[in-house]
Amino acid sequence: MEKRALFSNKLLPYLLIFPQLAITLIFFYWPASQAVWQSFLLEDAFGLSSEFVGFENYRLLFQQPEYYRAMVTTAVFSSAVAILSLSCALLLASQADKNLKAGHAIKTLLIWPYAVAPAIAGVLWIFMFHPTLGTLARPIKGAGVDWNPMLNANHAMLLLILSATWKQISYNFLFFLAGLQAIPKSVIEAAAIDGSGPIRRFWTIIFPLLSPTTFFLIVVNIVYVFFDTFGIIDAVTGGGPAGRTTTLVYKVYADGRLGGDLGGSAAQSVILMIIVIALTAVQFRFVERKVQY
Amino acid sequence: MAGVTLDTVRKVYAGNVEAVKGVSLGIEDGSFCVLVGPSGCGKSTLLRMIAGLETISGGEVKISDRVVNEIEPAERDIAMVFQNYALYPHMSVYDNMAYGLKNRKTPKAEIEKRVNEAARILAIEPYLTRKPRQLSGGQRQRVAMGRAIVRKPQVFLFDEPLSNLDAKLRVQMRVEIKRLQRALGVTSIYVTHDQVEAMTLSDKLVVMSGGQIEQVGTPSEVYRRPETRFVATFIGSPPMNILPGRVEGPGLVSVGGQMIKVTDMREGLTPGSAIEVGLRPEDVQAGTTGTSTLTLDVDFVEELGATQLFHGKVAGAEFVVQASTGQLPSDTRDLTLSIDADNVHLFDPQTTKRLGVA
Amino acid sequence: MVENRRYRNLVAYLVLGMGVAIVAFPVYLAIIASTFDAGTIANGNMPLVPGDQAGINYERALFTGGRLAREPVGMMMMNSFIMAMGIAIGKIIISILSAFAVVYFSFPFRRTAFWVIFITLMLPVEVRIYPTYKIVADLGLLDTYSGLILPLIASATGTLLFRQFFMTVPDELLEASKIDGAGPFRFFKDTLLPLSITTIAALFVIQFIYGWNQYLWPLLITTQSSMQTIVIGIKKMITTQDALTEWQIAMTTAVLAMVPPVMVVIFMQRLFVKGLVETEK
Repeated sequence: MEKRALFSNKLLPYLLIFPQLAITLIFFYWPASQAVWQSFLLEDAFGLSSEFVGFENYRLLFQQPEYYRAMVTTAVFSSAVAILSLSCALLLASQADKNLKAGHAIKTLLIWPYAVAPAIAGVLWIFMFHPTLGTLARPIKGAGVDWNPMLNANHAMLLLILSATWKQISYNFLFFLAGLQAIPKSVIEAAAIDGSGPIRRFWTIIFPLLSPTTFFLIVVNIVYVFFDTFGIIDAVTGGGPAGRTTTLVYKVYADGRLGGDLGGSAAQSVILMIIVIALTAVQFRFVERKVQY
Repeated sequence: MAGVTLDTVRKVYAGNVEAVKGVSLGIEDGSFCVLVGPSGCGKSTLLRMIAGLETISGGEVKISDRVVNEIEPAERDIAMVFQNYALYPHMSVYDNMAYGLKNRKTPKAEIEKRVNEAARILAIEPYLTRKPRQLSGGQRQRVAMGRAIVRKPQVFLFDEPLSNLDAKLRVQMRVEIKRLQRALGVTSIYVTHDQVEAMTLSDKLVVMSGGQIEQVGTPSEVYRRPETRFVATFIGSPPMNILPGRVEGPGLVSVGGQMIKVTDMREGLTPGSAIEVGLRPEDVQAGTTGTSTLTLDVDFVEELGATQLFHGKVAGAEFVVQASTGQLPSDTRDLTLSIDADNVHLFDPQTTKRLGVA
Repeated sequence: MVENRRYRNLVAYLVLGMGVAIVAFPVYLAIIASTFDAGTIANGNMPLVPGDQAGINYERALFTGGRLAREPVGMMMMNSFIMAMGIAIGKIIISILSAFAVVYFSFPFRRTAFWVIFITLMLPVEVRIYPTYKIVADLGLLDTYSGLILPLIASATGTLLFRQFFMTVPDELLEASKIDGAGPFRFFKDTLLPLSITTIAALFVIQFIYGWNQYLWPLLITTQSSMQTIVIGIKKMITTQDALTEWQIAMTTAVLAMVPPVMVVIFMQRLFVKGLVETEK
């Protein structure tokens, strides 16, 4: 797609695009290529010298049981958050799509958590479920559960999933609501005349028509859990207890910063980049299909 | 004021698509020239080349004896009215009209004088402070015209300016454009696909097809003596009937065995060769008063109020006759048609050119 | 449709009411906590109605800070604000200019330039965090606002958003401008910019929130506490050693950290939704 009428100045377009290109090259391409390069280097313990070691960093990485554990953690975390937040959001959006009098106010009340920083969301949830002073921890303990997300990895994971879900519902809600409102009313009315009730109508007509939105949101949610939850994890568990809530992204940070293993950290970055590029490619293929649809 | 001259102007797009194939045309100072043709015939491209919105691939465009091929649109001293008006949505009506003058550093008092004058001529004075979206289609059209007028250009360019209006408004604006052009006396070039607009507006009518000019002339010349079969069927509504015929001798052709006398016929055509015979629906009468006759096998009748259209077949070919209502009984099955030798148009089946007296 | 409207709306209100309650509860609790003293919270029996310590807590947080993070939260908010504004405004400027170049000019390498920018859409700063850190350090930008801001505006979202909008602007507007004697600068200033106002505002809202909520990047590159943002500050107030955590100040700070972005979402909801939906397309 191109404009019919254009300007033909020679130098001006380069001047206009220069700031963005410069920033992109310096802060995106340079570091990204550094990450790739570094992943083939091994630094000595003091960080004074480094040598080219080929795929050694990758080989070492795939020998670490911690790396596989981080993969599993990431997979569990992503799928739990995606499923939970998508289903809650769909339920809320389908109800909010009913032309209610208070519809606009309710929408506002449901979307504002988007604006809460992930790290802050984490802090709010720890406070609620803090083993000694949490308002909601008390009833759990009262029910005889030895609730302690600081020490029990499953409890920690649960807390992470809940806070990450809480923050993501508003985003999914907005997109589902927009998707629902884009479905032509005539289609739903036709289904009603064809004699299908509201619930049947939802599953046979509305849900299939919503599938582009759903698919888009699944990808976005996975990417969200991969990256944006860093703040939540750092605030709630710091990757613990005993590294049991360390995700792939958190491990990049922890290995590079705390462990000082820059080569290993870079190798992990490269693998993450590949995963994200793959996810985005899948999404673009799908978006193209959606355009035709 | 100035005339516009085109000398073998060509437009070739990437991929060797030739949109305009060497057009030469002289448009006299102060005249109203309409370019008409079906979509894709190159008329808009030609106009946009005159405006400077498209580069010219070959040939020369002159505005008042100045070659403008390499000159920016703003420097060509032209004004243009677009099909979708292209008003600046965020500016008031006043600012829309004043913008071009401001860019030319026209003194403020002068801008005000010209805008107010244009607004008065176009009867849009009450809307000067409004935004385009608060106006109706007809009012926007007037603002677009106003934007052209205030500049006092040498040439007005119109790119299908009425096609976004409803039918009734279109007729009204058509009359206004004509009146305005007469009053201002500015050379105007107007592009349309509507042959009624083309006929009514133009001093000089240019019929285009396939990137080339088919015919240039006054509306009545083009209507009375179409040079090609394309022009014959494009100008006039309902379109001219074309029947397959045979050359019988000097001034004589036949259609389905019926002899037809022709006034305007080239000499020396070989008897027995095929020829196309064109008859306008409005030039054919019922009866036998004319110089020749044809028989129409009527299928059905369309009522248009003042007139009726009789659809049917003559010698196996589709044929339409237009007659005043009440002139003929509506339940007629067979009609004897009277043909006047002056109203017969002949075309070469191969070249589609007119076979009239040279 | 007619079918039993009242009953269905009742169900809808019930479900939505529960949703709103769940969404609001954690924040409600934080607001309550910001109105009690440390002791009341620590004994694990904090009431669910506000206490009377709000004035003390907010004053102390804003102007003094906590026991662990001794910097006043007011200053952290200023840092967050500068960073958020810098990211939002910086991104708008560089992306509207580059989109203008890509859409309205024909020049060699136009496609290449577009793709070079477009690819950045895929990789968030998190995956290239250490090399970026090193470059920022080499450029001497640690503990500076430029260091906080610049790496975070290196992405394609804004450019794509403006490009998408420019594509919907009718070609005839540019043609009319050309005939009216406007060059690229005039066309940009007089026509394109005024038409882009809502898009700019929508992008601003999204980027302000994005900037305000940054965590990992400021965590890495700010070493001086005077450069800390509020989101980092609050994390430092909470330690695993419970005895040291001043929860009332932490919660007060959390409330303060939420106010600006949440206000933006609530009061600019239409722009927020537009920005969110369109940048993600």
